[in-house]
Amino acid sequence: MSDYILEMNHIVKEFSGVKALNDVNLKVKRGEVHALCGENGAGKSTLMNVLSGIYPFGTYTGDIVYNKEVVKNRSIKDSEKKGIVIIHQELALSPYLSIAENVFLGNEQMKVNGVIDWTETRNKAQEMLEKVGLGNENLDAPINTLGVGKQQLIEIAKALAKKVDLLILDEPTAALNDEESAQLLEIMLKLKSQGITSIIISHKLNEISYVADAITVIRDGHTIETLTKGVDDFSEDRIIKGMVGRELTNRYPERTDCPIGDVVMEVKNWNVYHPEDPHRQVLKNINFKVRAGEVVGLAGLMGAGRTELAMSLFGRQYGQKISGEILMHGQPIQIKNVKDAINHKIAYTSEDRKNYGLILFNDIKWNMSLAALRSYFSQKGIVDSNKEVLEAEKYKKMINIKSNSVHQAVGSLSGGNQQKVILAKWMLTEPDVLILDEPTRGIDVGAKYEIYCAINDLAKSGKAVIVISSEMPEILGTCDRTYVLNEGRIAGEISKEELSQERIMKCIMQDNNKKGE
Amino acid sequence: MEKKKTVNLSLKQYGMVFAMLIIFIIFYALTGGTNATPMNMNNLIMQNSYVIILATGMLLCVLTGNVDLGVGSYVALCGAVAAKLIVEQNMNIPAAFLIAILVGTLFGAFNGFFIAYLNIPPFVVTLAGMLIGRGLTYTLLESKTVGPLPDSFVKVGAGFFLTKKIEFGGGSIDLITILIAVIATALVIGTEFKKIKTQQKYGFAMVPTWQTGIKLAATLLILWFFFFKIASYNGIPIILILMGVIVAIYHFITSKTVAGRQVYALGGNEKAARLSGIDTKKVYFWVYTNMGFLAAIAGIVLSARNASATPKAGDGFELDAIAACYIGGAAASGGVGTVIGAVIGAFVMGILNNGMFLIGLSTDLQKVVKGLVLLGAVTFDVLSSKNKN
Repeated sequence: MSDYILEMNHIVKEFSGVKALNDVNLKVKRGEVHALCGENGAGKSTLMNVLSGIYPFGTYTGDIVYNKEVVKNRSIKDSEKKGIVIIHQELALSPYLSIAENVFLGNEQMKVNGVIDWTETRNKAQEMLEKVGLGNENLDAPINTLGVGKQQLIEIAKALAKKVDLLILDEPTAALNDEESAQLLEIMLKLKSQGITSIIISHKLNEISYVADAITVIRDGHTIETLTKGVDDFSEDRIIKGMVGRELTNRYPERTDCPIGDVVMEVKNWNVYHPEDPHRQVLKNINFKVRAGEVVGLAGLMGAGRTELAMSLFGRQYGQKISGEILMHGQPIQIKNVKDAINHKIAYTSEDRKNYGLILFNDIKWNMSLAALRSYFSQKGIVDSNKEVLEAEKYKKMINIKSNSVHQAVGSLSGGNQQKVILAKWMLTEPDVLILDEPTRGIDVGAKYEIYCAINDLAKSGKAVIVISSEMPEILGTCDRTYVLNEGRIAGEISKEELSQERIMKCIMQDNNKKGE
Repeated sequence: MEKKKTVNLSLKQYGMVFAMLIIFIIFYALTGGTNATPMNMNNLIMQNSYVIILATGMLLCVLTGNVDLGVGSYVALCGAVAAKLIVEQNMNIPAAFLIAILVGTLFGAFNGFFIAYLNIPPFVVTLAGMLIGRGLTYTLLESKTVGPLPDSFVKVGAGFFLTKKIEFGGGSIDLITILIAVIATALVIGTEFKKIKTQQKYGFAMVPTWQTGIKLAATLLILWFFFFKIASYNGIPIILILMGVIVAIYHFITSKTVAGRQVYALGGNEKAARLSGIDTKKVYFWVYTNMGFLAAIAGIVLSARNASATPKAGDGFELDAIAACYIGGAAASGGVGTVIGAVIGAFVMGILNNGMFLIGLSTDLQKVVKGLVLLGAVTFDVLSSKNKN
């Protein structure tokens, strides 16, 4: 009989009559890394919210046995007292407070009630930071001076400071690049060796099969199965089969031969400086081109300048002292703002769809029409609201957006469907070039497949597509040709035949060495 | 086979209309019917006209997620400019109005420039505008009241449109008002039919007929009750026409035009709006310039109604206008709200003020009640939309 730190039995949680969780069982052994897998909306986050007391005892049925005791958590404070700490996808850090203050946020070190003991805070903060490999950071630096990857680690340090026994990480690597992700996974393994049990929710299956000892798969609010390392098949395909309920033999749709035409967009000698620091050059002499019917990848590590490149091209939305040339269909064009870019048939979908892509409380039709409002949905400045509904219905059907109607607020849609709304929004501007920045970030396998299909259809219809992605398999699976960016330079161009993860990494390494010489 | 799609009218959308009617009925009982006399109905319009004009402009600021704290001062300044030019410089009235409106618009543009192009928070810029405007008014008027204003000026705020009165049930009734009520009825019914027709044409979801019927009947009942009262008094106040035109124009702009949609988009998510090709700076600039323009009109109306310009005029109007927007369902964070909502919000406050005055409640307590109503309305709004999610 194994020693279970946590048993969640027959958990049922309803939201206004809809069962988000229906008889879910989860058993976590002490000292293991347990992964929770499932498509978006399967109920993973809901289950963790039940566990951590965000949905207090009484709003669900079933029992939670933690350390052999039935627990009835009424709030997050309750569960934290017992050593259960959850780290959400959206980080709970206060941007202008220092690292030390953030590590003890909500858990301040005090001698006298209400008065912070700074010596203790700093000493302990240093200790916690060393545990997560950030021993060299300046304790007094404001947290917003750190990158997302380090902030994620600070969150873990914060959990450690609360004397955590069971650490729950909800999509910890969603915003991280490969290098940072690897570092985070190592820390998880290190914590495991110190006896801390963790539950990880992630869409990145390669990470899960690397780090987890057991995997529980949830689908549509039901527990499907629990796989154990060493006993069951731990391959990505096996996990996906459990998640989607069928074998997804190919995660990327076949790129049927579509004729590649003339060069649509060409960028020459593109130089951009940092928006706040006029001496820091972010993009250095970038040259690239895309042809009609071609899907071109922009690969690189986080901070390589891919988003910055896209944003600076798209109406100078990033940087200053921008120089260089953009040619559309061989003709040099001038782009001063987003409107110019749209008029020159360039579209850009941001990597951060919630903050830069959508108006969450507006409905699907308003979000879809926004970019083409003047050019397509209005006459003499008056919006044709009937056309808005009709076009939205059309695109909803065409790219399979799952919603009750086009009058539904986009905030209530799943990530995959939100991304499809954004895609429709930009397709409505009838662009020649689409720049898709992390088009599948944080969305589930099924929706990803549909997005890839949409990308293929766009290419087939003669559009040039640029895909920016941190997930190398995605670049390999979708792109005809790939540029590798490194530290603001094009480190290399790789054709489809030569393309492999190793080839991309080699390209980056070589570029780094070149700089070193 | 296509299923016939229907959609119910949302009661929440009409919540504030119900609240307004209930408040009116409560005061009807408390005042023994005094608040529904023709004269009082007329007063309701005259007393609240400038708040409604201001609320229309303020709604745009609120839609961007901000407010304009200076409108009370612009009202005073523009009223003072018009009065001063006419009384002391003997300028003709249209020219003086034009200059006053120009002053207001320039003041708005001044604010808009700082907000849009120098990125100064609107709260700070308009707080400064509030002080500057008030200070300029005192300076211009040398802290004295300027008046009396000539009758043709006063007419704008207190006069009536053409009338054709006939004997009716012991009093008189104005046929022109009745004619306008008939036209309004035709417009209301016509719009509803046009909407049903497009819904049928494109196969959109339809509102069940009985619900449309109730909505129409209620709208027309309120409309006729109001116009009948007005007709039994002195006919249509000029200010009502001005107000009606302004509300209609801004309702059209916010609900039907690209420009209006851009304001909503900016308030909903500024970054997303910018990346969708909207010149957000331009939107800010025009929203605040427009506020100055409407404040100037309200200033002229106010000094006309008072037959004078005083340095203290318009004190606290900004808060009434902001409250009207919030009571009318606009979100403080921006992106949500309607012009019609703001007008109803202004009437809710107006009916409250008027009713409390009629039952002789002290002005001190009136403020307490108004504060509680604002808090209650917004709390209700926030909680009910939370429950929906």
